[in-house]
Amino acid sequence: MRTLGITLVMFSALFVFGAAKDGGVPASSLPASSEMVRSVGQEHDSMRLEGEQRFRTNCGRCHQAPHKFPPRMMGTIVRHMRVRAMLTDEDMKSILAYMTE
Amino acid sequence: MAGVVLVAGLAAAQTDAKVETVPILSAGVAFVPTVEGGQTTLTSVVAPVVLVPIGDKWLVESRVTFEGDFARQDGTGPFVGPVEKEIDYAEVDYIANRYMTVTAGRFLTPFGIYNERLYPVWVRNLQTEPLILPLEESSSNGAMVRGGIPVAKNVAINYAAFFSTLSTNQYLDSDREVGGRFGLFFSRQRVEVGVSVLHKLQEDHDNYYGAHVEWQPRVVPFDIRSEYVDAPSGRGYWIEPALRLSSIHRWHPVTSRLQVVGRIQQFLPHGIPDDDELPSVNTKQAEFGFNYYIADGWRVVASTGRQFSSAGNQNVWTVGMTYRFALPLGHGGL
Repeated sequence: MRTLGITLVMFSALFVFGAAKDGGVPASSLPASSEMVRSVGQEHDSMRLEGEQRFRTNCGRCHQAPHKFPPRMMGTIVRHMRVRAMLTDEDMKSILAYMTE
Repeated sequence: MAGVVLVAGLAAAQTDAKVETVPILSAGVAFVPTVEGGQTTLTSVVAPVVLVPIGDKWLVESRVTFEGDFARQDGTGPFVGPVEKEIDYAEVDYIANRYMTVTAGRFLTPFGIYNERLYPVWVRNLQTEPLILPLEESSSNGAMVRGGIPVAKNVAINYAAFFSTLSTNQYLDSDREVGGRFGLFFSRQRVEVGVSVLHKLQEDHDNYYGAHVEWQPRVVPFDIRSEYVDAPSGRGYWIEPALRLSSIHRWHPVTSRLQVVGRIQQFLPHGIPDDDELPSVNTKQAEFGFNYYIADGWRVVASTGRQFSSAGNQNVWTVGMTYRFALPLGHGGL
């Protein structure tokens, strides 16, 4: 019974953790002013840099960077590499965003 | 615990954004004449890969290798030889959650790093294979779980565990065995250390042990990989540093495309190995080469080295070209 309780608590924690990681910002809370737009631009640059770093860190360990493929091809290739290179979920999403921007 | 992670991930994954995909045909192609001890072999490789994504969580993938090793008949005649065909993998992958993928079918055996990560002709730095490669089972038929888990900031573990069944089919050979690989990757330092274990469930019930270290510093375009394997047939290692010359600004159009590579390795047999691809005596080999990246997918490769053993020393050199392409097999890929 106690084991079941612990399991349920862990399940709930992981579920909340996973949902929080996947959840986006509600549209109503998005900034509208130019300052905020600039902030979003900086965030985009930061995400691009993060994606590039993750690409170099994970993919660049084994092979040179290929030219970017069309988005649907990249979706397949990154899924293949997620399995083959055992990428973490976060790495895969970041790399996919970088390779398809 | 694994069940909890699996179920939790399944629930959490419901909110993942949909990623558009398309089936792909890719291939690695190589033509690399190789000279070992004065004997020339024209090595030609074509290894098509098919990737078919299904829905958001499934992937069917397969790679077949056709390799022709053509040598002169009777020393001076025309180049002749067999074309070997092998199904490297034909597997179904199910992304169970953010931490785990379940694979079934025929897959590359997750033991060591060369066979699984570095084997394709367009990936490998040197076209000659490490002496200890035959110790790494190439493919297995069965099931596997694998994945990557971030355990701290800039630290992730990667794991793979499998079991496989016996098959004596010519193109689908496999042993009955269990094993896996575990790695720790420090992304800030770009260092991975890992170990592999494999236990045979047939014949002598032998154990195989492996270890690997990879490092790719951030400050220079340099990487070094190494691997050690201890098996009943023998033990050995290889160490392979590689440097891109892109940081040399003089003659930049040339140096930015150039990579210099080295490898030192050794194999020490335990008695007489029953695998004829393994050296039968203590053997050392040192190689040096370069790769010149002409364009995306195209590469000129060359290397030279010398093998030292009590059976006789010999020079080894290669020169050739590798190519890799990918094409969509459906609507919306371009």
